[in-house]
Amino acid sequence: MSVTRPLPHDAARLHVTGAARYVDDIPAPATCLHLAFGLSTEAAGRITALDLAQVRAAPGVVAVLEAGDLPFTNDVSPSAHDEPLLADGRIHYLGQPVFLVVATSHLAARRAARLGRITTEARDAILTVEDALDADARFEDGPRIWAKGDAGEAIDGARHVVEGRIGIGGQEHFYLEGQAALAFPQEDGDMVVHSSTQHPTEIQHKVADSLGLPMHGVRVETRRMGGGFGGKESQGNALAVACAVAARITGRPCRMRYDRDDDMTITGKRHDLVIDYRAGFDADGRILGVEFLHLVRCGWAQDLSLPVADRAMLHADNAYHLPAARIESHRLRTNTQSATAFRGFGGPQGMVGIERVMDHAAHILGLDPLELRRRNYYADADDEGPSADGASGPPATSGSNSDTPRQDAAAHPRVPAGLPDDAGLDVASRGAVGAVPEHGGTATAARGDVQTTPYGMAVEDGILNALTDRLAQDCDYAGRRAAVAAWNEANPILKRGLALTPVKFGISFTLTHLNQAGALVHVYQDGSIAMNHGGTEMGQGLFQKVAQVAASRFGVEVGAVRITATDTGKVPNTSATAASSGSDLNGMAVRAACDTIRTRMAEHLAERYQARPDEVRFAEGGVRVGTETLSFAAAAKLCYEGRVSLSATGYYRTPKLEWDRIRGVGRPFFYFAYGAACTEVVIDTLTGEHRMLRTDILHDAGASLNPAIDIGQVEGGFIQGAGWLTTEELVWDDAGRLRTHAPSTYKIPVASDRPPVFNVALWDGANREDTIYRSKAVGEPPLMLGISTFLALSDAVASCGPGYPALDAPATPERVLDAVGRARDGL
Amino acid sequence: MDIDFLLNGERVELRDVAPTTTLLDWLRLERGLTGTKEGCNEGDCGACSVIITDDDGARTLNACILFLPQLHGKAVRTVEGLSGPDGTLHPVQQAMIDRHGSQCGFCTPGFVVTMAAAHLNGDTGHDDVLAGNLCRCTGYAPIIRAAEDAAAQPVPGWMRDAPPPVAATPSASTGTTHAPETLDALLSLAADRPEATLVAGATDVGLWVTKDLRDLGDVIFLGRCRELREIEVGADTIRLGAGVTMDRVHDLMRTHHPAYAEMIRRYGGGQVRAAATIGGNIANGSPIGDNPPPLIAMGATLHLAHRDGRREMPIEEFFLEYGRQDRRPGEIVEAVTLPVSAPRLKVWKLSKRFDQDISAVCGAFDIRIEDGHVSAARIAFGGMAGVPKRARAVEAALIGQRWSDDAVAAAWDAWERDFTPMSDMRASAGYRLSAARNMLSRYLLEDLGAAVNVLEVTP
Repeated sequence: MSVTRPLPHDAARLHVTGAARYVDDIPAPATCLHLAFGLSTEAAGRITALDLAQVRAAPGVVAVLEAGDLPFTNDVSPSAHDEPLLADGRIHYLGQPVFLVVATSHLAARRAARLGRITTEARDAILTVEDALDADARFEDGPRIWAKGDAGEAIDGARHVVEGRIGIGGQEHFYLEGQAALAFPQEDGDMVVHSSTQHPTEIQHKVADSLGLPMHGVRVETRRMGGGFGGKESQGNALAVACAVAARITGRPCRMRYDRDDDMTITGKRHDLVIDYRAGFDADGRILGVEFLHLVRCGWAQDLSLPVADRAMLHADNAYHLPAARIESHRLRTNTQSATAFRGFGGPQGMVGIERVMDHAAHILGLDPLELRRRNYYADADDEGPSADGASGPPATSGSNSDTPRQDAAAHPRVPAGLPDDAGLDVASRGAVGAVPEHGGTATAARGDVQTTPYGMAVEDGILNALTDRLAQDCDYAGRRAAVAAWNEANPILKRGLALTPVKFGISFTLTHLNQAGALVHVYQDGSIAMNHGGTEMGQGLFQKVAQVAASRFGVEVGAVRITATDTGKVPNTSATAASSGSDLNGMAVRAACDTIRTRMAEHLAERYQARPDEVRFAEGGVRVGTETLSFAAAAKLCYEGRVSLSATGYYRTPKLEWDRIRGVGRPFFYFAYGAACTEVVIDTLTGEHRMLRTDILHDAGASLNPAIDIGQVEGGFIQGAGWLTTEELVWDDAGRLRTHAPSTYKIPVASDRPPVFNVALWDGANREDTIYRSKAVGEPPLMLGISTFLALSDAVASCGPGYPALDAPATPERVLDAVGRARDGL
Repeated sequence: MDIDFLLNGERVELRDVAPTTTLLDWLRLERGLTGTKEGCNEGDCGACSVIITDDDGARTLNACILFLPQLHGKAVRTVEGLSGPDGTLHPVQQAMIDRHGSQCGFCTPGFVVTMAAAHLNGDTGHDDVLAGNLCRCTGYAPIIRAAEDAAAQPVPGWMRDAPPPVAATPSASTGTTHAPETLDALLSLAADRPEATLVAGATDVGLWVTKDLRDLGDVIFLGRCRELREIEVGADTIRLGAGVTMDRVHDLMRTHHPAYAEMIRRYGGGQVRAAATIGGNIANGSPIGDNPPPLIAMGATLHLAHRDGRREMPIEEFFLEYGRQDRRPGEIVEAVTLPVSAPRLKVWKLSKRFDQDISAVCGAFDIRIEDGHVSAARIAFGGMAGVPKRARAVEAALIGQRWSDDAVAAAWDAWERDFTPMSDMRASAGYRLSAARNMLSRYLLEDLGAAVNVLEVTP
């Protein structure tokens, strides 16, 4: 079978020869126009005058648009209709698009865009979470509060209480390919848009609204992105809409890409958080209760901030069974870029909070941090779980026999009171406010002895105890803990640190109705197969993994399966390729489509060869019918001649989900993905400089569809997470200007930053839930393995003195040096 | 001006090129060669890496800040030119596939180009070779595995470019674009056009164009002036022409001043070091330029040339105040001389990331000890003031002190007399001052035999 094989990325050859085509590489006619935004230079205020005469007169300029020139909606928000494409008179952040230049070249558009004179009546900008709390500037009417038991009482009665605050910085996506779009006007007003987006349906929807068209008037195509990481879930809307509107107005193709500085100045980043914590522990280091206060800096528009902040709360337990917990989350509105999705979607920040609590408690109790963690882990599942051979029949929930992707009832949410029930409501975005389940979201009925999360979900698939045992043994945690101590004893300046931290990450969109996917599969009469699904390729290897599924269903080599661009004209109503869900959802949908065709072929061939349909076997490039074996191509030809439909759609929706985000109760996740990392670092106590020395990772990808691709996700995710918490620092000045708006000032890891010893292995175990071939999602969870780096740094600092380091993130040399001072002073 | 060069083995002749058209834009927009990518448009990500070959050999440069006139007489090889004429993949391309070295693929052309150039040159210091190439997907491990695999394979024949012969072109000066072939011609041009922009490697000026969208007016390209690229190693001094690129400075300093060389290893990425010149880094007067601190600490002399005469000065005197240098109209930085030996020189560069990052603080120390006491000290810093600056108060406080904690303590207050650093996105003023002080402790502790370098710690 093609699944489980470590095949290279399907486009690897195109990548290495420079032949892989990205949006800016798509040939366009010489008449194509190019766009650039004119940006605000203030962070907050009101536009009193907009003088664009010089812009209009600049060489190559064809048109200049202001908000009032837009023919239909002026809205690129994925959620609350609070994000105009062009400023509507109010300025919300420094870098906000105010006007749009349409010119004959990219350079001409950029040059002209600098010539606008925007006069602003400025007001004091709200830049920090403190500013926002003071001004009561927030999304939603107040904080979200979820609770389990009485945390305050549990903490007050505890033997040990730890409390503190941690600042966790945001993160720039730094996808190597910046945002880009290209629109081709069609006959009768229709529009075709190529977009570097994780969410073609969202682009289709926003473009349709901006052109006053029904969605069928817009077709969006995405062949690949040069990286996404969540930054292309909603942030591509502005460029696609701008291109479409300009193309409509000029009748010419329009292309737009952000220069890197513009990209970093305009688009949202990972949310930064301040987390206050208070936790009680018993004498053995078992946590009794914890309280978290999340102050989430959301930026100027709502975007996806509500579900991001929700997910931070949902991962406030990480791997630990919390008998009592209270989590209060403030979603604060500031005059900065609108923070958005980023790999982990708030989960990493929430997880850093509880990992900090565990680290702090271990320091106070004088316990090894790993030992204290282990005492608080959720229990492992008490049986071995299913085998990796998941080639069972289609799941009961799959609409595998339907010819058209059907709309499930869940896709029509009951609109909560107070929200407009208009056609523009963005039901396909994670920023949408989902329906509250009719019966108030009772938690999955858990057996009395099953541990539950703070939101009432039973944790029934735990493997972390066994996984941690294996990792700790393989990386010699105990021996190296002693070696680190010995080194630190002997060396006055350079100190080593070690940390082993776990990850438990919930898999599913928390907006339940997004957990659906469609696929379209064609078998041609020569036996070649074309496959489309709703997922997008951003480098994660989704296309190859799903092609492996299709090849396995038909028993052919993966080369027989053609993977083509994601296209809203082929598969409609797709969810964003996000929440790590790409292969779970689309793999199942493709499987359903393949099985529909396979069943039809089997029936036809069985009849022809006098066999039973269930005896027809598709394997090794052939089709065995009774005693006959045909090539797959011959079988396809016979079926075609027998007038059998060789094209089918497939559909999947994730079962078992039930979630009430207001009350914070239910089962938002189908299952959890697990992993653990052990990282050793060294710091310089004179300068705070530091580096990783060794990392060992054991990660759970279930029964991996493609171990090479999955290991690639783990390695890359770890480094990205470590970068987030160490070198990647976003700095805004007092005027609200982002000072780190280019790679010269914003430092993602380079090759030498990876640990010289870097061992990555996959946990050998199948998913307990019935996912595609029992695999697990792998996009986001590994990012949080990078927390081990941050806590190893904290561990190294802690060796400098009696005080707790209380390190903030990112742990730049400066923050490490400050923390060394705190440790020495015993504060 | 008119230029001739080789592009993937084929001769290209361009007439009347604009001085500030970048190679990247020309490749993508004029030639339809879209394999070379724009990632940052400022020379920091390497997605636009191309191989440039001339008499100095082959190296990788960033096409986004490489102006067309700089290509005259050189050979250019892009990702489209790495595979053989029959489509055979280059060994690094095949290894990148086999080792899963690409995910999103956008940085990949730049990586394979950089790897192919290193492969051609037999350079196996993969981390250093690739320090100028950013990848956001893979975490680099599979890319390094690919580079290691490919190193064992022979260089394909088609990779050996010979730069095309070009005449010392009479059209080297047309309109506003000038590319003098000799120093005399350069000095004459500069004297006649004192407002002209001098372009050496364009690692700084390139951003004036790609980011500030400036019109440069008259541009004088220095790259064809051979005299500026000369290196003379004498009995006591080394003279570096202002046009010597930092990769060559690095090679030379590995022999003569290893501490300086180790700092240069982390200066830009390989693409930047191959373009940037030592003269440019001095002449632009940046307070965070990394060459001035070690040159000041070594007592280097700066040589300035004008059509009407030459002068020289201790290099620290060149930096008058932020944004202002002691360079007169029509004058150019011609060379710098430094001692052949400075065994006590130590240079430390502090930044958020080790490789290819701009310094928050760059400190250079030369402290001589006799009989356990400080007999002489030259200390200079970048990132601590509006100019690269010598720490005269600290030096004075140290001299005569016993070389121990006493000396560090004696100089404690002097640091604030020398420096009032600023806070910015790279570091706070407080950190800069603390770290600078602690560098002096590091110097002492290293003398005492303590381990002080995190880069030397093994797992």
